[in-house]
Amino acid sequence: MEIFDFTIHELHDRLKKKELSSVEATRAMLARIEAIDATVNAFITVTPEEALASAAEADSRIARGEMDLLTGIPIALKDIFLTKGVRTTCASRILENFVPPYDATSWLKLKERGAVLVGKLNQDEFAMGSSCESSAFGPSRNPWNTEFTPGGSSGGSAACIAARQAIATLGTDTGGSIRQPAAHCGCVGLKPTYGRVSRYGVIAYASSLDQVGPVTRDVRDAAIMLGAIAGHDPMDSTSVNRPVPDYTRSLTGEVKGLKVGLPKEYFIDGLDPEVQQAMELAIETYRGMGAEFVEISLPHTDYAVACYYLIATAEASSNLARYDGVRFGHRCQDPQGLLEMYRRSRAEGFGTEVKRRIMLGTYALSSGYYDAYYLKAQKVRTLIMQDFLKAFESVDVILTPVTPTPAFRLGEKCNDPLQMYLSDIFTIPTNLAGTCGISVPAGMSSDGLPIGLQLIGRPFGEEEIIRAAHAFEQATTWHQQKAPL
Amino acid sequence: MKITRQQVENVAVLARLELTDAETEMFTGQMDAILAYVDKLNELDTTGIVPTSHAVPMENAFRSDEVRPSIGTESALANAPGRVEGFFRVPKVIE
Repeated sequence: MEIFDFTIHELHDRLKKKELSSVEATRAMLARIEAIDATVNAFITVTPEEALASAAEADSRIARGEMDLLTGIPIALKDIFLTKGVRTTCASRILENFVPPYDATSWLKLKERGAVLVGKLNQDEFAMGSSCESSAFGPSRNPWNTEFTPGGSSGGSAACIAARQAIATLGTDTGGSIRQPAAHCGCVGLKPTYGRVSRYGVIAYASSLDQVGPVTRDVRDAAIMLGAIAGHDPMDSTSVNRPVPDYTRSLTGEVKGLKVGLPKEYFIDGLDPEVQQAMELAIETYRGMGAEFVEISLPHTDYAVACYYLIATAEASSNLARYDGVRFGHRCQDPQGLLEMYRRSRAEGFGTEVKRRIMLGTYALSSGYYDAYYLKAQKVRTLIMQDFLKAFESVDVILTPVTPTPAFRLGEKCNDPLQMYLSDIFTIPTNLAGTCGISVPAGMSSDGLPIGLQLIGRPFGEEEIIRAAHAFEQATTWHQQKAPL
Repeated sequence: MKITRQQVENVAVLARLELTDAETEMFTGQMDAILAYVDKLNELDTTGIVPTSHAVPMENAFRSDEVRPSIGTESALANAPGRVEGFFRVPKVIE
């Protein structure tokens, strides 16, 4: 086993016993990035000097006995998190040279515990996409097979974990952007309940849906990371003020009597047979451990993608109005007047998918269409939320596939945005309802591509999905498989 | 047709985006297909349904009005594409 193969808890044990220093671990990660990132393209920016300096600082903390689970652990962040003094692009030309003056709260919390940042990760531009192909810095590749995409938008976060270039990463999830790439790359991805983690310093896409979460090698690491970043933040008034439990206490392996819902709308004809088979095996595994299954209905599932693409694009068109070439970001050469500066700076700075969503969102919010599109979508969102609240009256967690198929090929869905949007059908409803979900490795296709299992929990039901996901992990070996890189 | 080329051009003006002819053409077709797809929401009767703007029920979040440190002028201007002294420089606004 190499240093870069470790989980957070495995590396922590070695740091604690002084078998290894954080500087050594960080060097191992940097060497690994150097060796394989030309193939994977998980990173937009690598920060070797800063990383080695923080690792040395972490080592002196450890020497002083001031150690936390995350002290000295090399991590990487999706390039959507503001990192003071480290370029943050959101994978867009418009922010190509942007160096933030402050840190995102979630990153600050990890930094204060002594985590070591090795770099910033690739993603779809402004988190808009399901394949990492809309990045202005070229697509990331799936470490299991580099002809395939790692998924998106947090594709770099998942590819980085699968390629073992950092011990843990953070991503963001607006419509599945943590869970879908985690599934496609064979990692664990956790989307917390809306409001569980501060969004301060996270570049906004769709503010009522965006949420920060970890992408890790196992469920224990996801629990450790969530515990570190969760909690109320005065700088984000939508973060919820309720106590943060010790999520590692949910790692009991015990699911006897757990009531698991199977929504019939998620087990449909279009489901890939190998995904279907993996779900059936997972259900058997849970039954063997004493979990009880209940068929449930989430009747408005089929409307979620349409609802999402109106709400998310409307919010995006508003959020992205700030990129005007005035205070930061790209400005076009020699504009004749303000209006021209706005229009040309944005035309030059944004990529096609971002423009498409701004256009769609602007249209959905425009006078005469607002009621028909945006308001209608918000009403449908209520129905989708009610589906979940009703389901959770009779079950503790809901089990579904993460995606209808394993990862798709680079270029496969580039020319058909609607087909790309439809690949998020099983993850989007969770964001609309604001509940939590986790993706865990649950199988492998005959092509050697990972298959993910999704567990959806009640609002603030992270402990239950962590418990259920961990029990599954204990009973299976999928998470131990390594991408051939 | 759900949307015409003329409408797409108008939306681009509202969105402050300069589009090429090829982009306008492409977006017209794609937005038309997407809008046709989202039309399925009209299959649902939403009479009397309260719209959701936010998943977590929340009242206004108040805080006390205290002076606190901010990032300061230099940091705020550090990423400016154009600046003059303590200000952002922009093209002439008033003729």
